[in-house]
Order: sequence, then structure tokens, then C-alpha cells
Amino acid sequence: MTDMSALELLLTAVIALVLLSAIFGAILGFAAIRFKVEGNPLVDQIDALLPQTQCGQCGHPGCRPYAQAIIDEGEAINHCPPGGQATINALANLLDIPAPELDEEHGEEAEVKTVAYIREAECIGCTKCIVACPVDAILGAAKLMHTVIAVECTGCDLCVEPCPVDCIDMLPVPGELADWHWSTPRSSVELLKKPGIIATDRHGDVAA
Amino acid sequence: MKKTWDIHGGIHPPENKSQSLQRAISNVPMPDVLILPLNQHIGASALPLVKPGDTVLKGQMIAEPNGFISAAVHAPTSGTIAAIEERPISHPSGMSAPCIVLHSDGDERWVEGPPPADYQSLSPAQLLTIIRDAGITGMGGAGFPTAVKLQPRQSIDTLIINATECEPYITADDILIRERTEDIVTGIDILAHILGRPEQILIGIEDNKAEAYEALEPLLKDTAIELVEFPTKYPSGGEKQVIQILTGQEVPSGKLPAELGIVCQNVGTVYAIFRAVCKGEPLVSRITTVTGNSCRTPGNYEVLIGTPAVHLLTAAGFDEFLCQRLILGGPMTGYTLNDLSAPVIKSTNCLLAADAAESPQQGIPQACIRCGHCAEVCPAKLLPQQLFWYARSKDYDKLAAYHLGDCIECGACSYVCPSEIPLVQYYRAAKAEIRVMEQENIAADRSRQRFEYHQERLAKAEQEKIAKREARKKAAEQAKLSAQDNENIDTEDTDVVAAALARVRSSKPSPEEEHKRLQRAVMAAESRLAKARANHELCAADDPRRASREATLEQARLRHNEAVEQLTRHTDSNDTSKEQQNHTAEIPARTQHQNQNQNQDTVALDRAQLAIEQAQQRAAQQAEMSAQEKLQLQCDSLRKRLAKARDRLKQAESDADDNIEAYATAVTKLEDKLAVRQAEVEQGLAKTPAESDS
Repeated sequence: MTDMSALELLLTAVIALVLLSAIFGAILGFAAIRFKVEGNPLVDQIDALLPQTQCGQCGHPGCRPYAQAIIDEGEAINHCPPGGQATINALANLLDIPAPELDEEHGEEAEVKTVAYIREAECIGCTKCIVACPVDAILGAAKLMHTVIAVECTGCDLCVEPCPVDCIDMLPVPGELADWHWSTPRSSVELLKKPGIIATDRHGDVAA
Repeated sequence: MKKTWDIHGGIHPPENKSQSLQRAISNVPMPDVLILPLNQHIGASALPLVKPGDTVLKGQMIAEPNGFISAAVHAPTSGTIAAIEERPISHPSGMSAPCIVLHSDGDERWVEGPPPADYQSLSPAQLLTIIRDAGITGMGGAGFPTAVKLQPRQSIDTLIINATECEPYITADDILIRERTEDIVTGIDILAHILGRPEQILIGIEDNKAEAYEALEPLLKDTAIELVEFPTKYPSGGEKQVIQILTGQEVPSGKLPAELGIVCQNVGTVYAIFRAVCKGEPLVSRITTVTGNSCRTPGNYEVLIGTPAVHLLTAAGFDEFLCQRLILGGPMTGYTLNDLSAPVIKSTNCLLAADAAESPQQGIPQACIRCGHCAEVCPAKLLPQQLFWYARSKDYDKLAAYHLGDCIECGACSYVCPSEIPLVQYYRAAKAEIRVMEQENIAADRSRQRFEYHQERLAKAEQEKIAKREARKKAAEQAKLSAQDNENIDTEDTDVVAAALARVRSSKPSPEEEHKRLQRAVMAAESRLAKARANHELCAADDPRRASREATLEQARLRHNEAVEQLTRHTDSNDTSKEQQNHTAEIPARTQHQNQNQNQDTVALDRAQLAIEQAQQRAAQQAEMSAQEKLQLQCDSLRKRLAKARDRLKQAESDADDNIEAYATAVTKLEDKLAVRQAEVEQGLAKTPAESDS
């Protein structure tokens, strides 16, 4: 009798477990289909942090491909010169990894924003720059003068190289009154040009 | 006495208002040159209406508002426009901006305008137009276009007149109330009229303006306007602060006072509205306080907009050597003016020429000791020490979480900071950086979108290319296949018919159209001929142009003949085709039915189509007939054509037509052809028995 009950107990337990796993399996399976996420959402988040110049300085044909490569191929996050340190910091924050310095191999962080400018008198209308522009910011037609839509130009530089008559300049964006803003005050360190105000800090080398 | 509320924090800096209150409002001598920036307000720059060299009168609009949130600029005096160019303006950046430069002629001739009407009889919309056309902006400091502020979407139940003027040194509003009390009361009534008589009309005034209070009080006895006095404290004069003091309501973060049903206007603005509505004068001057220890005669000056700062300062006895720092605005919220040629603009309420004692050198900021004084004085109840922390580390998310956007930049925190940290500067910089970042994000989003469209376009073009290639390949294969099929079936006749069909379809317009076209040509040629003839007759015999006229006439005649000939030829060929039609109608059996149909629908049916069908029928018949019969048939048709040609020749001979020769050759050619065919027929007849034998 006791043997039987033990067997029954075992059977009950097995049946209960099988049932439970079947139910949860069904729920999970349903969720996997119903709440399926296309692509990796992290790629979108990384893409949102990149500066969208589409310059290709990172070695990828645009910002999104770079974001994809960071996720898929484990590409380093410090290959984006237009974004500079700010972008690297933001990416490091997002991916929860230490922020590296900008990889100088891919170019230096630009000091000023630039915009492409076509010396229109010299343009021969070859359309090569139009093809090169990743954001369609160059206007023109074959054998007609081309011009850059300055507000759409990301300053990516890609149109300069294909130009056969070298009539494209990258000009710094002129600072306008509307763009002016207060700058961060200089810190005491900068003001004093000394390591610090606290007496012991003044001899930085000793303290260190 | 109405209840007032208190605001959080606040400071009590030395007021220093008495210096500039020693004398009444005085006038400034007319400057030779006035500089009028196109953007003296918040919003889009005004558009110039004048060009260099134009003569303008005082009060003439010289730049119109560009869009809804914008304000007009008026000539402050009569004179000549010298230039429209970049000039240094009164702005913390010290940068230049487009300005209209006016050389005054000293005559002060006013522009003629409609006489000001009684404002009670005008509608709010009309009054708003007057205010807008007068170029009035907020005179308290920010310079927001007043007309925009006076037409909120919400209904307004409280109108607040801000006479607080809490910042040290500045007394422009105080003296304005003292000296022009009645005008201001009228101005308030105009505002109340525009806003549909709000339930409450409050004037908020600090208790350090006793004289102004006493001047106003008797005038408000029988009005709905309530004068509310409250303790002096900086910064009670901020819009949100004065609203809180007078109504106890806090304007929620990121919202406008209008959303609480409140509109707040500065006293200076009220006075400008009075001038515009009751005097018909646009905003061309304002009261500006010039004070500080570096001025011998500090006081309030009625100054024309556009007067260079140096001119105004000279009038106040400015001593350049005493001046440590020239501040535009008050000591708390103002900024250093580096270029003395920068003009006074609509929002310039004070010029403070501070000496060394008044403006001590900014000490070297020390570390934040977390004393919390700044949080105690912050009128917006923020945590300045935390904001400083995050502003330094550029942690913009945290700054947003600590409501940096609600900072009114009053400077109370910097004032009390024992470590002399320029806190407000950090906040201003951080706010600007956040704004820049937001703009960059918008730009990046656009770029991303454009890049995606670009990629999509490329992909589409590639796909189209592939599709085209595929289609070409398919077509080639199809052609190959059909060619093979044709070879297999071996129906040469049908091929011929198809080719003929295609030819007819592709080339010829319908005979009717052709006929019409030719008729038109003939008519045109006729008119040309008539013209040439008339010209020719008009010409005298000895005219040197006679020869050329003759040539023209001859040419016209030739052209006409040609056209006529073409037309007749076409008509003939049409007749032939008709005959052919009749001919085919004779063909018995199954074609008859079709022909009947055709005859019924001839009008509707395209003639070309008809011809095609006939050709098809003939081809079909010919295919059925033996070669012999075919030849016979051809002979018959040739004979018919010959007969017709002969008829035509005869007709031509009887009419003495020019083209007899052409008809004659046609007849001989047809005769030759017929002879050849007949010979073939005879040959064939001779051959056939032999063939059948074999």
C-alpha cells in the first residue's frame, strides 16, 4: 500500500511538473512570437547617440552600419572623430564600459564645425559630388552648376575628394549672434594657473 | 489691504536707488547718429523698409515685423538713412548685428498719421494692431513683443502690472510712475479694455517706492485697479515671482502665466502702450537710468532708441577713468558692455557705470563647501549647489532632473556664495549647451532621415536596374521563341500581312486627316499667293524691290500648285480605295457578311482599319488562289488602274491642266506594268499544264 502511494506520489509529481512546464513553455512560446523585437534595439540606441554625419571616418559606410558593427563585431566605440569625446562618453555610459580616448587613427576631433562650399564658377557639373553626398545635400544636374544646401550639410568631407576640379572647400560655419552663448567660467585652477588653492596642492608634484 | 504671499528665498542687497532719484527725468541732447538694431526683441529680426539715402520722418516705420513673434522698428527722429550694416550692439557677446544707421537732421519732424481715436471706441483687435504697429516690446528686460503677449489663447481673469523694480540701482519705473501717473493709469485701462476687463487688476509695488505709491493711490480710488504693496526683496520683480506674491499661485514649470489666466505687464510697457494708443506715437524713446559712482549727474533720462551708450553717458557726466566696469542692466542680471558705441535699445533699462568700490573685482572662486546658502535664497526653490556640480561635469540628464530650466538667472545664489563661485554663469553656459545639444540632435535626426532616404533611393534604383535587365532578357528570349515558331508554321503570307498591318498602324494618319491637312495646306498657299499678288500689284514698275516681289510671287504660285496637286492626288487615291472597297464587296461568300458589317459601320470605322481588313481579305483570298489566279487578279486591278489613269489624262487634256505630262507618264508606266504582268500570265498558262503533268 505504501509502495503504491509512493508510486502515485511520484506519478503525480511528474505529471504536475510536465503540465507546468507545458503551460510555461506555451506562454513563453507565445510571448516569443507576440513580442518579437525586430533587430537589436541596442543598435538603435547607439545610432541615436552617433552624430549622423555619415562621414565614414570609422571605416563603415555611415553611422548606422558603425552602430551595427559595434554590436555584431565588437568594434571599438572610439572610432568616431566628429562625435568626439562626448559621443564616446555617451556610448560608454550606454554600454556600461570604460570610456576610451578617441582613436587618432580615424582622425582628430574637429575644433569647429565645417560646411562644404562649392566655388560655383569653377564647377563643371560632373555630378560626382552629388553621388558622393550621403545626405543628398548637394543640388545640381549634369553639366549644370552644383551647390550645397548648407543647412543639410553634415560637414562629412566626402564630396571634396571626388571633385575633379577641386572646387569644393570645407569652410568653418560662421559664428552668428543667434549661436552665441555664455561660456562656462574658468575654474580657479585655470584662473590661478597653479595646481590649486589649498596650500598642499600648490606643490602638485610633491603631493603626487 | 489685499493679502500678499511670500516667495521662497530672496536677498536684500544694498538698494542704491537714491542716487538716480535726485532729479526729474531729463532729456538727452539729440545725437548725430542713431543706431537701430533690427533685432531688439525676442523673435525674428525685423525686415528693413528703407535703403541707405532715404529720408525718414520721426515715428516712420523703418523695419517691419517678420512673422508673428517679431516687432517693428521706427525712426526715433527725422533724418537720412546712412547705412544698413553690422554694428556692435548691446549684447553680452559684444558681437555685431545688422543695424539701420540714421543720421538725424535735428528737425524732429513727425510723420503724419491718423489722429488717435478714443480707445474706448476701438475694439481689442484694433488696439492690438496699434500696439503691434508701434513696435512695442516688453520694456522690463526680456523684450518679448507685447502684442503677442496680449492675445493669449486662454481667457484672462487677472491683469498684473509689474511696478516692482526689485533690482538695485534701477529707478526707471519708479520715476515713470511718479512723473506720469495719469498716463500709466490710462495705459492700464487700455490693457484692461484689450483683455476684456479682467476680474482683478493689480499693481504690484515694493514698499521702497513710497513716493510712487502715494502718487498712484489717489488716482485709483474709483477704479477697478488695486494697488498692492509688499516688502522689498530681490528678486520679487521676476514675472513668476510677482505673480506668486500677488496671487499665491505658482506658474508651473514650463508653462506660461496665461495658462493660469494671468497676464503680467511692466510699467514701462504700459506707458509705451499709452503713448501709442492715445498719442499715436510709436515706441521711439524710453526712460533709462544712468547711474553709478562714475557718473557726475546720475538720473533718469528720456532717451531715443538707438542713442549710442557713450552719448547718453556723456549727458550724465560720465568719467571714463573712474569707471571700473560699465554694466548694461542692473548689477545682478546685467552684463558688461565693452563697446561704448553700442546703442540703447527698447529693453535697456539701466546703464551702470560702476567704480571700483561698487564693482569689486571678482575673486578667485574657491571650492563649494556645501553650505547651502544658495539653496536658501533661490526664489525658484532649486538646489544651486547640485546644479553647479552637474553643470561642471556636464551631466545634462541630471541637470534636467534638477530643473535647470526653471532657473531665472537672478544671481541670488552667486551673491550669497561664500566661495565666490559664479554660479549663474555656470547655469547660463549649461542652459546654452543643452540648447545647442538639442539643436544638434534635431539636425542629426534630419541627417539620419536623409541618409535613410538616400539609401532607400539607391536600393530602389538598383532594383529597377535589375528588373529592367530581367525584362530585356525575357523579351529577347520571347523574340527568339516566336521566331522559331514562325519558322515552324511557315506562313509567309500572314507575316506579310502582319508587316503591312504594322506599317499602316505606325506610319499613316487616316486618309481623312490627311485630306484635311492637305486642304489646309492649299488654303494657306492660296492666301500666301493672294498676299504676294497684292504686294506685287502695289509695287511700282521702277521699284527696286520689284524683282524680289516677283520672285516671291512666283514662289508662292509654285507652292500653291504643289499643294493643289498633292490634294488632288490624295483625293484620287481615296477614290481608288473606295473602288477597291466596292470591288471586294463583289467577292462572294464569307467576306460578304463582313463587308456588310463594314458598310454599316464605315463612318465609325477607321478607314485605315478598313484598308487593313481588306488587305487581309485579299491576302487570304490570294493565299487560297493559285499563283496563276493571283497574277490574273493583279492584271485585272492593273487594268482598272490603267483605265482610270487614262480617264484622268483625258480629263486633264480637256481642262488644259498643267500636270498633263505627269498623267501621261502615269498612263505609260501602268501600260508597261500591265504588259509585264500579262506576259507573266501567259507564261504561267503555258507552264501550268507541264507542272500538273509532272
